[in-house]
Amino acid sequence: MRRNQVAVVGAAETTELGVIPTMSQIQLHADAALNAIADAGLKLSDIDGFATAVESPQQVCHYLGITPTWVDGTSVGGCSFMLHVRHAAAAIEAGLCKTVLITHAESGKSMIGKQPRSTPADSLNGQFEAPFGVYGPPSMFPIPVLRFMKTHGITHEQIAMVAVVQREWAAKNPRATMKEPITVADVLNSRMIAYPFRLLQCCLVTDGGGALILTSADRAKDFPTKPVYILGTGESVETPMVSQMETFNSSRAFKVAGPLAFKEAGIAHDDVDHLMVYDAFAHLPLYGLGDLGFVPYEETGRFIADGNTRPGGKLPLNTNGGGLSYMHSGMYGMYALQESVRQMRGIAPAQVANAKISVCHGVGGMFAASGTIIFTNEK
Amino acid sequence: MAEAARARPKPTPETQHFWDGTQAGELRLQRCDACAHVYFPPRPFCPSCACRKVTVFKASGKGKLYSYVINHRPAAPGFTPPYSIAVVELDEGPRMMSNIVDCPQTPEALELDMRLEVIFEKLDDKITLPKFRPAKG
Repeated sequence: MRRNQVAVVGAAETTELGVIPTMSQIQLHADAALNAIADAGLKLSDIDGFATAVESPQQVCHYLGITPTWVDGTSVGGCSFMLHVRHAAAAIEAGLCKTVLITHAESGKSMIGKQPRSTPADSLNGQFEAPFGVYGPPSMFPIPVLRFMKTHGITHEQIAMVAVVQREWAAKNPRATMKEPITVADVLNSRMIAYPFRLLQCCLVTDGGGALILTSADRAKDFPTKPVYILGTGESVETPMVSQMETFNSSRAFKVAGPLAFKEAGIAHDDVDHLMVYDAFAHLPLYGLGDLGFVPYEETGRFIADGNTRPGGKLPLNTNGGGLSYMHSGMYGMYALQESVRQMRGIAPAQVANAKISVCHGVGGMFAASGTIIFTNEK
Repeated sequence: MAEAARARPKPTPETQHFWDGTQAGELRLQRCDACAHVYFPPRPFCPSCACRKVTVFKASGKGKLYSYVINHRPAAPGFTPPYSIAVVELDEGPRMMSNIVDCPQTPEALELDMRLEVIFEKLDDKITLPKFRPAKG
């Protein structure tokens, strides 16, 4: 895909984030979509391409009153929205549609109008993982981390620092769910969830949503906000069963999607001003830093513990506070994208000065899927 | 609300031999007749070379502890926390999820790369689960 041919011209989250007992999941989609439409100065009738995950495209399109000529229902977990951006950019370039709306919403906390996730007993997960007591992401996602730590010499204190540093970012963000400063001791003394991970190393569970609007770069300059261009993209999947990953020392999906995006963007790691790595749990930023090639795996823990990713550090990471402290409705990828767009527009609550290139890396399932989008505000 | 039931595997045509095996006290894997690749979970073709000629065989039941968590909360129905959820690397190559039993469910007792051996835990008349314990001797 060619660089900078497509831009984000509308971006918004739901009016509220956190606990939203007044809206069902489908209405959260609509709330985010209407906010993004207003942000872009468009009408719903201007939308001719639509993508969403979990909820069906026909459900959301009908609810909003949209008649699309291009539809993408890719649903590979929390990074689905990174894949939607990649697919939408290709579709716009190919002339299949002009203006794409991507929505995410999840009543993850209040569970209003949301189907509970279930694992059929005759699926491979149902036969070869569920019978051994896995019960939701906290019992599954951290399974690889002890191996990763042993192979690469990472300490419990270094992984605790991921949560500490992200809370520093969250403190600067009025919309963050958790803003009180925490220490390594706070993290390591918080309630045990699934050893080695404790409560403060696990993401929040909230309600919310977000929406993006993309169009061609030549049209983007006529919109009210500063265009944020798509510089590079990548995607991949590995396995829905965490036990069947090729290795726990890295993520194959990360190692395919990330470098693909860097190659397409034609940039080096030193060019990156801002980084988002989907942090459903505290080990994910370490995998992200290693798999995307920012630092060798054995240095990922020290890199964060030494303060390189905190406010004022050389590689600002998860500047909204991340899934650990900002919000996490279940599929966090949309919120990582929203923060990258804010940083590129120059309007983030914890704005990185003069940021020109933002890398936004997402995970789906338990290392099951991955999507990477590289944004820039310069064409 | 009724108490949630413990997750029970439901075999499919492609996995029935595995579940028949655990009932018979055997851990069964598959080997490709063309490239000798040993793989899991079951399927009637080789995921390495796509050959449809594969052979079911009885594995040694020996392996080592690749990684794990000790789950505290929320606990799955039918499980009493804390309990280990582990990935075992079998001597034949494939990895599989299981529980490490017959040892304390603590980081001190559960050392990565420790030797393990399979045991079989009967859930009901239809399903027996493969579990692992520290290898004897």
